[in-house]
Amino acid sequence: MVNAKGPKQKKKAPSLWRSIDWLTIFIYLVLLALGWMSVCGASYDYDMAGSILDFSTRSGMQIVWIASSLLLAFLILMIDDRLIESLSYIIYICFLGLLFATPFLAHDIKGSMSWIKIGSFSVQPAEFAKFGVALCLAKVMNTYGFDVKKWHDFIICIALILIPMGLIVMQKETGTALVYSALFLMLYREGMTGSLLFIVISAVVYFVVGVRYADEPFWGIEKMSLGEGLVMLLIQVFTIGLVHTFSNSSIKGKGISLPLWGGLTASVASVLFARYVYPCNAVWAIVFICVASALYLFYISLRDRFLPYCLIALFTLGSMGFFYSADFVLNKVMEPHQQTRIRVLLGLEDDPRGAGYNVIQAKIAIGSGGLEGKGFLNGTQTKLKYVPEQDTDFIFCTVGEEEGFIGCAIVLLLFLSLILRLLHLAERQPYTFGRVYGYCVLSIFLFHVFINVGMVLGLTPVIGIPLPFFSYGGSSLWGFTILLFIFLRIDAGRNRLQR
Amino acid sequence: MKAENNYELEKRKYVIGGAAVVIIVVYLLRLFSLQLLSEDFKRSADSNAFLKRIQYPARGAISDRNGKLLVFNQPAYDVMVVMKEQIGVDTLDLCESLDITRDWYERRMEEIKDRKRNPGYSSYTQQLFMSQLSTEEFSRFQEKLFRFPGFYIQKRSIRQYNYPNAAHLLGDVGEVGPEDIEADDYYRSGDYIGKLGVERSYESVLRGEKGMEILLRDARGRIKGRYQNGKYDIAPIPGRNLKMSIDIELQALGERLMKGKLGSIVAIEPSTGEVLCMVSSPTYDPRIMIGRQRGKNQKLLAQDPYKPLLNRAIMGQYPPGSTFKTSQALTFLQEGIITPSTAFPCSHGFHFKGLKVGCHGHGSPLPLVPAIATSCNGYFCWGLYHMFGNRKKYKTVQDAMTTWKDYMVSMGFGYKLGIDLPGEKRGMIPNAPFYDKAYRGNWSGLTVISISIGQGEVNLTPLQIANLGATIANRGYYITPHVIKEVQGIPLETQYTKKHYTRVGREHYETVVAGMRQAVLGGTCRLANNPSYEVCGKTGTAQNPHGQDHSVFMGFAPREDPKIAICVYVENGTWGATYGVPIGALMMEQYINGKLSEASEARANDFENKSLIQASSKGESN
Repeated sequence: MVNAKGPKQKKKAPSLWRSIDWLTIFIYLVLLALGWMSVCGASYDYDMAGSILDFSTRSGMQIVWIASSLLLAFLILMIDDRLIESLSYIIYICFLGLLFATPFLAHDIKGSMSWIKIGSFSVQPAEFAKFGVALCLAKVMNTYGFDVKKWHDFIICIALILIPMGLIVMQKETGTALVYSALFLMLYREGMTGSLLFIVISAVVYFVVGVRYADEPFWGIEKMSLGEGLVMLLIQVFTIGLVHTFSNSSIKGKGISLPLWGGLTASVASVLFARYVYPCNAVWAIVFICVASALYLFYISLRDRFLPYCLIALFTLGSMGFFYSADFVLNKVMEPHQQTRIRVLLGLEDDPRGAGYNVIQAKIAIGSGGLEGKGFLNGTQTKLKYVPEQDTDFIFCTVGEEEGFIGCAIVLLLFLSLILRLLHLAERQPYTFGRVYGYCVLSIFLFHVFINVGMVLGLTPVIGIPLPFFSYGGSSLWGFTILLFIFLRIDAGRNRLQR
Repeated sequence: MKAENNYELEKRKYVIGGAAVVIIVVYLLRLFSLQLLSEDFKRSADSNAFLKRIQYPARGAISDRNGKLLVFNQPAYDVMVVMKEQIGVDTLDLCESLDITRDWYERRMEEIKDRKRNPGYSSYTQQLFMSQLSTEEFSRFQEKLFRFPGFYIQKRSIRQYNYPNAAHLLGDVGEVGPEDIEADDYYRSGDYIGKLGVERSYESVLRGEKGMEILLRDARGRIKGRYQNGKYDIAPIPGRNLKMSIDIELQALGERLMKGKLGSIVAIEPSTGEVLCMVSSPTYDPRIMIGRQRGKNQKLLAQDPYKPLLNRAIMGQYPPGSTFKTSQALTFLQEGIITPSTAFPCSHGFHFKGLKVGCHGHGSPLPLVPAIATSCNGYFCWGLYHMFGNRKKYKTVQDAMTTWKDYMVSMGFGYKLGIDLPGEKRGMIPNAPFYDKAYRGNWSGLTVISISIGQGEVNLTPLQIANLGATIANRGYYITPHVIKEVQGIPLETQYTKKHYTRVGREHYETVVAGMRQAVLGGTCRLANNPSYEVCGKTGTAQNPHGQDHSVFMGFAPREDPKIAICVYVENGTWGATYGVPIGALMMEQYINGKLSEASEARANDFENKSLIQASSKGESN
């Protein structure tokens, strides 16, 4: 990694305020402001109208959390980043101790053992532990000669992630624990083989999509299962993606993917046929095309003496095999109570009021917002408590209802900008320590946005994790602020460290 | 090597960044479809959150022609219960406080929870437990209310009546039935609607327009406030007040006089067609038809053999008897069958070709005026005989019949007059096809001779008889009788201001008026005479095949510029002069003088205490 500017930096290092990334701070502040508006909307109570600034309300309290977060951010920027780096292991070990002790100190809140009461406030150590784990990983991976591709080093990384995860699962906060799996994205960037990540992700996607939508009709076509159809189309898309990825490294690959594109087009056409011409189960046509694609790749592989195509063909067939065997195992082999356990794990049956109440009400709230929304504090669904957890996990409903499609798009694009900006910042770090930490931060943000917004939109399983800067609560807001600003502090010190 | 490897790995940032972009794009597409492509969610959200609560307008009040308040609104109190909050209430204490049985309590609680019968049930909102507590019951219960958490009082308004009179005219209100809801989508289950009388016929003006309050309801059904501070609420429009043409004092006297008798009194102001009183006996106190007793009392009244719910004034169809002779005289005069000086013989009746219609003793032969005064049957039988037998004027007896019928219809007989009350009957005026069918075409004036004296197939309602009196008083026209004088804020319908002229000229009416005056001065109606104004009258004694004859009186006063036309019909009252005339006389005195003289008062007391109901039931059993 060579930075062209490096040798020129002979003058005194630029001041902190000039090297800090103001763009990220700007996005952070805008998200905080929008988040506060949403908390106002979600926690507004008709019985106490006109008191959104009152500290006895959640919107008033959120101001306290925001103000203290800003103070915290300022204090973090004042710390020397070298100090932070040197304290990494100690912080990690402290957090492990705290996470281990939490279930013994905690009092039960809705079955969760993750809250520790300090005075009149409750804090959730699991929300803070993220930056400790990230710092520790960064520090470990920054050591000389460390390489994720080596089994020994890889296992160290996995262990560093799994230990806090396990401790958090013991607090019955499965959702928060799952956030740590996002750190595999960072490992991927640092050299973990992509195929492993890809195959695992594919398997999860097939399984979740297949089971989640097994009983719904595909686009109104009665005879066609949405889950099965989607999975088969995904397999084709993944196959084409893989062919493109691997043909890039081989000059022979040009034009190979054209028949595969043809197959995908034919698959879509068969769905359109079933939808508009004659209602039939078009899945069989798509399955046939999948098999044909695999056979085609085998043929190309033999013709060109190029092994990866053969592996891709195996991936295609293996995907289909995995999907059908998972379906078979779940529906035919497992006992009903075991099936239920799996479904609950996927968030399919986690609704106390029956038949997907949460998700339906969330969709109603968002859908009723229209293009421009009902306006600040004018939402009815969220205010009247139709949406459960509306100011924490389901806060995005409020954005959807009060600010409409425009507001949602702005919020999502702000998150995307934040993540892409963090990606850019991480890549410009001169040392592995900064880069790894940066990737940890962006992976965690991406996971939160992906799962939280996805569950509100009914696309991902319902996993109770907050939307950064939006969900009500001091612990999560402080947690995200610390996570982000430590990275900004490290980033601000990049020029000095280069010398 | 290391740097190259790093360069390869750096490309992975595109994979990670790409994944982020793909996720956000997919979510934006999903949002687009949820928020912009479907209206369903918007509608679900509205039905979730908005509780449209109806606000009931105050029903219009009703007063009499002199502005005396007859019907007004009175608060009543419903007991409401919230199931989730009422747990732990001492039911024994509650039942005692509300004067209900334990059984009733348990049954009612089950009914409330039954979603089939109570589709809007929610255990978090108020449900109707017991309706229409009176003020006394309410104040007793309210003292103890604090002991019954979950029980609430809701105010609503019911009808109240100042007088125990005019039940048939005023009518009452009750809960709408399924057919009302189907007929007019204004109504919702549980609404009130006029059931009888003007409450029904003027329902649309009395009821006003319901308003709507848009409330916000949370996920548990609790009310959390008004939507947009009531910006979209619709205020209820109160119903219009009605001023009736009834004189409540006259009505009360009429009901007093008819006590213990079956029958009817109808009085009309001839110049306007306004009904001054409309008594139907037996009657009932309208105050028993309000509140929780309505159902029970309604049932009792419906089972009463004397049918107190029947408004005999417009639903009773009786033979008019001799009062009908006036209409015959007018017809014969106009058709030129007779002149005022034409005299017909009467030897204790009409005897011709073996047919005999009896009459009482009086001089013979008689011209028209004394014939009316003495109510001679023979005269009018001869008149009809000559009319129906006149082949110069009418080609066939059917033609003569049709002409006759047209005269009758022009006087308001045979069809509904169109009074503004529900349930009016049309009476019966036979026509040629009717007799053709009955006698297979083989009939003549003699066959149907009894119609000339108001017997046989002819049936009129007391209202139609009173209207005949008004027509004669007006010398040739009537205005459709109506009981409402003014509707607040809107003019009376033109059908109640238009004059209907009969086919008979004014000069012929003067002849008949002279006859009716003669009847009062020296004929059958002598009892109706009053020295302070000129009364004109005509008695009737309608033969009743089921028992005693009916006593009828039709008259008006004063002779010039008449103020009141009246019909008194007393079932089984024997001679017209026995009941009809004296009752009619008292009524006219009350209306014209505004009070009864001492002597009249004594007579009124007399009549109040006379009962015919025993006699009637005996008659009917014969």
